[in-house]
Amino acid sequence: MEEDFKPGEPVIEVRDLYKSFGSLHVLQGVNLTVHKGENMVVLGRSGTGKSVLIKIMIGLLKQDRGDCIVLGKEVSNLTGNDLRDLRLKIGFSFQNSALYDSMTVRENLEFPLVRNIPNLTRADIDEQVEYVLDAVGLLQTINQVPAELSGGQRKRIGIARTLILKPEIMLYDEPTAGLDPITCLEINELINEVKEKYQTTSIIITHDLTCARETGDRIAMLLDGQFLKTGTFEEVFDTDEERIKSFYDYNFIQ
Amino acid sequence: MSAKKKQFVYSKGLDNALLAVYDAYVFFIRFFREIFRGRMEFQEIVKQCYAIGNKSLLLISLTGFITGMVFTKQSRPSLSEFGATSWLPSLVAIAIVRALAPLVTALISAGKIGSSIGAELGSMRVTEQIDAMEVSAVNPFKFLVVTRVIACTIAIPVLMFYCSMVSLFGAYLNVTLNEGTSFIAFFENAFEQITFLDIWTSVAKAIAYGFTIGIVGSYQGYNASKGTEGVGKAANSAVVTSMFLIFIEEVIIVQVSNYFRA
Repeated sequence: MEEDFKPGEPVIEVRDLYKSFGSLHVLQGVNLTVHKGENMVVLGRSGTGKSVLIKIMIGLLKQDRGDCIVLGKEVSNLTGNDLRDLRLKIGFSFQNSALYDSMTVRENLEFPLVRNIPNLTRADIDEQVEYVLDAVGLLQTINQVPAELSGGQRKRIGIARTLILKPEIMLYDEPTAGLDPITCLEINELINEVKEKYQTTSIIITHDLTCARETGDRIAMLLDGQFLKTGTFEEVFDTDEERIKSFYDYNFIQ
Repeated sequence: MSAKKKQFVYSKGLDNALLAVYDAYVFFIRFFREIFRGRMEFQEIVKQCYAIGNKSLLLISLTGFITGMVFTKQSRPSLSEFGATSWLPSLVAIAIVRALAPLVTALISAGKIGSSIGAELGSMRVTEQIDAMEVSAVNPFKFLVVTRVIACTIAIPVLMFYCSMVSLFGAYLNVTLNEGTSFIAFFENAFEQITFLDIWTSVAKAIAYGFTIGIVGSYQGYNASKGTEGVGKAANSAVVTSMFLIFIEEVIIVQVSNYFRA
């Protein structure tokens, strides 16, 4: 039975989550709650398991132990159509965009649409593709292939491809990684626009403090496999904790 | 802190080999399960068939033609020793239809198509394009693997027939240049000795080779890892493994067809 989530209610709950790859212990008892309509930023250095966490949330990886409950369902227990139904409600924006090289922008966007929503007419498909491309400001690239796009454009198209299925939750994996400062600001604005326009709940994985400050309602600081501190940007960085201070200073110097 | 020593059931090499065989078996079984699950991607199958034909046509034309011509040239001295050059069309046709055309088509396709499938899927795996399909609730196995395997299984037999015709034409040119045999006389003589069993055996071989090239290339690419190095390895393994399996299948199918021939 479909549960009715009221605004502010938890939509993602992670409890005592562990994940290791061989002898590498990536997540060591992680706890996190994300409420409906909020932008939660998971901040931390590279290799601390931030991406692993959101890949567990969408069922690309399985935790060793602990609970990962998304929209009221334990993700690791889902298979087949149940997992498919959950994935339809989650948009995942990959770090390197993961656009399909052999397809044009239009085909990239049509691909999940026609396979998940049956009986769409050509006009419906065109309308929806153009709508999301317009929403990310890249309608003019509709007939281009990914190789002809810049890094920032690829990120935007990657986000557009997830928006076409109108997700309830957005998971952004390093949305500003490898982009110049101005494009970073544009992506940050886009993340906030997506939240407003599509009423999404988002988790933004990043190590970029500007991105965290601009997009996050709350920030969770992941270091050494555990969340050291969670709160607003000011709450997290108003601390004497050495590791958090050094992370802030390093970003500031950068 | 001391690192925990990894335990193996037999030895590292044997354990890994057994796990690889098990993985391949699971992949093979999954292919047959996925064929009947969800919508069939007919458009992608047609696109892949076209790509396979387009990629290999020139190479198969060239190798097929040369094979027919060279085989005829090499066979002539032996037959002329016994004054039996008139048997040349029959001999060449039997050799081409029974063995050369299926094998030449398969080996060329393994190199050209197998490596291309391995590299394409491998590159999609390491750039997270396969994960992107999965998270957008699309079954990547059905879209990428099932379509390519079916396309190979359809396209390779067609290419094999084409290769047979081109090889026979190569053989005809050689015969007509040396013996002055007419086109009709050559082909009448050539087809006289070809039986239905020969043709069905060749079709069976081509279907088996096509399936092998598709499934091995897809398996290697779909399970690629370790970045660009993994893509190269997937392409390479796709060629080597499918060629090895093609020779094993050749031996088995020839044994079975000889049983019926007897």
